[in-house]
Amino acid sequence: MAETTASKKVKFIITRQDDPKSPSYTEEFELGYRPGMNVISALMEIQRNPVNAGGKHTAPVCWESNCLEEVCGACSMVINGKPRQACAALVDKLEQPIRIEPMKTFPVVRDLIIDRSRMFNALKRVKAWIPIDGTYDLGPGPRMAEKKRQWAYELSKCMTCGVCLEACPNVNDKTNFIGPAPISQVRLFNAHPTGEMNAEERLEALMEDGGIEGCGNSQNCVRSCPKGIPLTTSIAEMNKQTTKHMFKRWLTS
Amino acid sequence: MKGFYSRKLHSLLGIIPLGFFLLEHMITNFSAVEGGPEGFRDAVKWINSLPLVLALEILFIWLPLLYHGVYGTYIAFQAKPNNNRFKHERNLRYTLQRVTGIIALFFIGWHVWETRIQVSLGNVTHEGLGKWMHDIVTQPVYFIIYLISVIAVSYHFTNGLWSFMVSWGITVGPRAQRVSSYICMGLFVIVAVMFTWSLFVFRGVEFEAGGTAMLQTLKTFIG
Repeated sequence: MAETTASKKVKFIITRQDDPKSPSYTEEFELGYRPGMNVISALMEIQRNPVNAGGKHTAPVCWESNCLEEVCGACSMVINGKPRQACAALVDKLEQPIRIEPMKTFPVVRDLIIDRSRMFNALKRVKAWIPIDGTYDLGPGPRMAEKKRQWAYELSKCMTCGVCLEACPNVNDKTNFIGPAPISQVRLFNAHPTGEMNAEERLEALMEDGGIEGCGNSQNCVRSCPKGIPLTTSIAEMNKQTTKHMFKRWLTS
Repeated sequence: MKGFYSRKLHSLLGIIPLGFFLLEHMITNFSAVEGGPEGFRDAVKWINSLPLVLALEILFIWLPLLYHGVYGTYIAFQAKPNNNRFKHERNLRYTLQRVTGIIALFFIGWHVWETRIQVSLGNVTHEGLGKWMHDIVTQPVYFIIYLISVIAVSYHFTNGLWSFMVSWGITVGPRAQRVSSYICMGLFVIVAVMFTWSLFVFRGVEFEAGGTAMLQTLKTFIG
């Protein structure tokens, strides 16, 4: 590990919370600058030496992270006001002091750890999977056109990180909107040649309360998605398909 | 009614019939610019000569307006704007759509009370509406309220048209949405200018005397 440059310091202001019910508070930390450091490596530094800027020994800051290469979605937090992946937040590119907060759209478990269960529940709700289980070998499924595969692949990059929900002004405690991510997943699984066979079930799930109607077109999601997923295109496409489905259901039932 | 259908209905009613009525209203007002007090009086006369006018009003204006206003307020208060954190145009438009919606609700409530309901109460006749409006908009405070409100309503309608096209799956991709945004912004300018222009014309002296008599005198004088 590179030597600490004693002269240069990096200041962090971290919003902390001891347990889900207690009030949040901020604590400042000062770390020696190291070239190439990112928010996760800074948090690791604090974990190794949990002393705050006032020189007082404190409980180490808790956070979640796994892959450290922006593909798992675990280390989402609000850094200088923007929800993003902490592992990809390079200190060199951040304005100081660096303010770190948990994504409060989700229930805070402790410090920067949040509970993203609502996203996984939403994926269950819209049936974001392809049912292929049977009592016998179903054989190979239909092929997917290459052109379709290319855009579907972009949608498959979603890592359920929750950044789009945090950015969305319509995902809050006053609504039950499921948020952009699961809507885009419906588009993904409905595009799959086998998944398509259950397309209507997924569309109907989007037409339930808290479904696609919750979108207010602020388009923050597409601008903050760390994977660059065309979320607003997905939402508009699902608007089209649910609208079509609505008329079809009226006229054929 | 499930959220999906109530929101869809809200979106639809904003354009059909409310958006169309707004455009119709704009053209009626603009007849004051084109034809002066007489032009305006004729335009008011024409719309009131439509068959079953009260039924048309109730079905295509009052009920949709009530639904769009009440449900829209519910939508507006569900929002948690974050424009300080996300400073791009679309997010600003999101918040403006809600703010202008609330302005529109108060303004339209007041405007309907001052005009349509006063006609029903017999305090003003259709022929007298030109002078009636003149008396309102020559008061500086009312004029400013009208000016802000017509611009807010124009914005709410044209930006709402943009989101209507997204919500109904007409404009899907980013390019389509960008182009429709330019078109809707152009429409905003046209609608806002036409309403504002009419407001200024209503302030003119020719509306003061109810128009006709004065214009007649003027015509005989010139002729």
